[in-house]
Amino acid sequence: MLSFLIRRLLQTIPTVLAVVLLVFVLFSVVPGSIASTISDDVDPQVELRLKQQLGLNDPIYVRFGNYIGKLAIGDFGTSFRTREPVTSMIAKRAWPTLQLIFTAMAFSVLLGVPLGFVAALRPGGLVDSAAMIVAVTGLSIAKFWLGLVIMYVFALKLGWLPSFGYGDGGLKHLLLPALTLGVSPMALFARTTRAAVLEIMTADFVRTARSKGMSETRVVKWHVMRNALVIILTTVGLQFGGLMGQAVVVEKLFSWPGIGSLLVDSVLQRDIPAVQGSILVVVLAFLAINLLVDLLYGVIDPRIRYA
Amino acid sequence: MHEPPGKVDNDLILSVEDLAVHFPVGGGLLGRNRRVLRAVDGVDLKLKRGECLGLVGESGSGKSTVALSILGLLAPTRGRIVLDGQVVTSRPSGDRKALARIVQMVFQDPYASLNPRQTVRRTLEDPLRVHGVTARSEIEDRVATMLRHVGLRPEQADRYPHEFSGGQRQRIGIARALILNPKIVICDEPVSALDVSIRAQIINLLLELKDTLGLSYIMISHDLGVVEHMSDRVAVMYLGRIVENGDWREIFERPAHPYTRALISAIPDPLHHAPLATTGGDLPNPLNPPNGCAFSPRCRYAEDVCRHEPGPALETRPDGHAVRCWRAEEIAGRMALASTEGG
Repeated sequence: MLSFLIRRLLQTIPTVLAVVLLVFVLFSVVPGSIASTISDDVDPQVELRLKQQLGLNDPIYVRFGNYIGKLAIGDFGTSFRTREPVTSMIAKRAWPTLQLIFTAMAFSVLLGVPLGFVAALRPGGLVDSAAMIVAVTGLSIAKFWLGLVIMYVFALKLGWLPSFGYGDGGLKHLLLPALTLGVSPMALFARTTRAAVLEIMTADFVRTARSKGMSETRVVKWHVMRNALVIILTTVGLQFGGLMGQAVVVEKLFSWPGIGSLLVDSVLQRDIPAVQGSILVVVLAFLAINLLVDLLYGVIDPRIRYA
Repeated sequence: MHEPPGKVDNDLILSVEDLAVHFPVGGGLLGRNRRVLRAVDGVDLKLKRGECLGLVGESGSGKSTVALSILGLLAPTRGRIVLDGQVVTSRPSGDRKALARIVQMVFQDPYASLNPRQTVRRTLEDPLRVHGVTARSEIEDRVATMLRHVGLRPEQADRYPHEFSGGQRQRIGIARALILNPKIVICDEPVSALDVSIRAQIINLLLELKDTLGLSYIMISHDLGVVEHMSDRVAVMYLGRIVENGDWREIFERPAHPYTRALISAIPDPLHHAPLATTGGDLPNPLNPPNGCAFSPRCRYAEDVCRHEPGPALETRPDGHAVRCWRAEEIAGRMALASTEGG
């Protein structure tokens, strides 16, 4: 178990290196630099000095080496824009992003899983058809469009909730972006749960349980739900990672001060250290969640043992 | 094991009367195109105390549907099931619990029929708890006793199903079925998923347990070879109906229905080389059964009457041997003649 954990942690190192390298290469080929984003006609002398200051004139392998060297001691570098350490920029923005993702996740799990479950109990029934229409619609809607519609209806027309911003960080500002972000995972969970429950309902060991004289409620509770949980857990874990990416769109749309909007702003201003840092944090979070899901399998499914 | 008929206790423990199970199939929006699949269509079975009844037929003939109805896991469309003197078909379908105490089933696939996420102990304890046994020591005792009965060690109880071999898993399946002390055990192809080398072990175990625990068996199989070794009586099913029913010796030595004949000649026999009366083709689609006798499209003895008149009623001879065939007498006569000439 411990050796599995260590091995998995070591495996993340090449992944992280690859991501850093990719972003480095991308930014060395895109046109423009931090200087060109300040104004359209910057004095070439100023631009040169600025680039020298920031070390942008060095060859890419030197810059990459420097960056990795600092990264190894936990230094994410300094933002070109604000001259602030990237770590503290990200730290400030981590909480809003976590708030958003966890609220969206809670909404989608609490709604999607029961919805899929109820649908599976009577396949082909009215509830099932309605639930699956909701699910397919939810999966098909584009987030930026859905966000605008939600904003229009709940903020502008009904005036129930603020349309954008973080406010005091309370629930009021959080609800609309979280709803926007949560709709598609909710739909996915509904579909996955339905499929998982339907599959397990017809499993031989469920028939065995019934033949013991167990009541249907108990059969479903003990045999079906526990086995469906593994499949649902996998989907939820994967979606956590997916939400990190999707949050970029939603955060920007609702001017939510999270890592996603930091990333977008930094890209637009060619603030390479901030971009690197934000992407790295998202990637690390993604890897951590996958590892956690793998470990949870071992708890839920006795057939899986890590050695 | 095969006692002469006179010695068997005549007390019936199970009687199935005119059982029919129909499933609605298909049906688009608003139930158009809905058809009825007659999985079981008018089956009569009797099981005496201490007896083993072999129920044979190929896949899709309705054997397992009969079994699931007896267990109360499928609601019959028609007919009556009397278990140990009580009519159980009139009860609400939620009354699984009472049924489970009388009749239990050993399932075909010992890999799929055990919940992979619970220990063997939990699998065996569950039925006891469902049926109100709460004393810790009693539960432990019964689990340990049952494991010994089926040839496993009590200390193996805390393992998971995947840690056992196929034969061991089927032993667990048997232990699970027997732990409630049922009177009837339905074995649904109990060895067909196992390696040939361990089939005999499991069959012997089942026979041994039948004697020690005083059980009655219904042995479901598509393989007459397995049934031959265990059964006192044999019922042959074809497309949802019983086509022949009788004492095992009668069935094996004087099969009256052409289908039974085909099944028997399909048993591999090292002494016989030429296949005798095998039958070609597949089971007809039960959604669209053939006109006339259901076996007529595959029957080498079929005549006009077989193809146009629905199969006759199951006709019981004085010796208890029953057969459903228009030409049974004729074929039997011809066979007798052939064997005199040949011998």
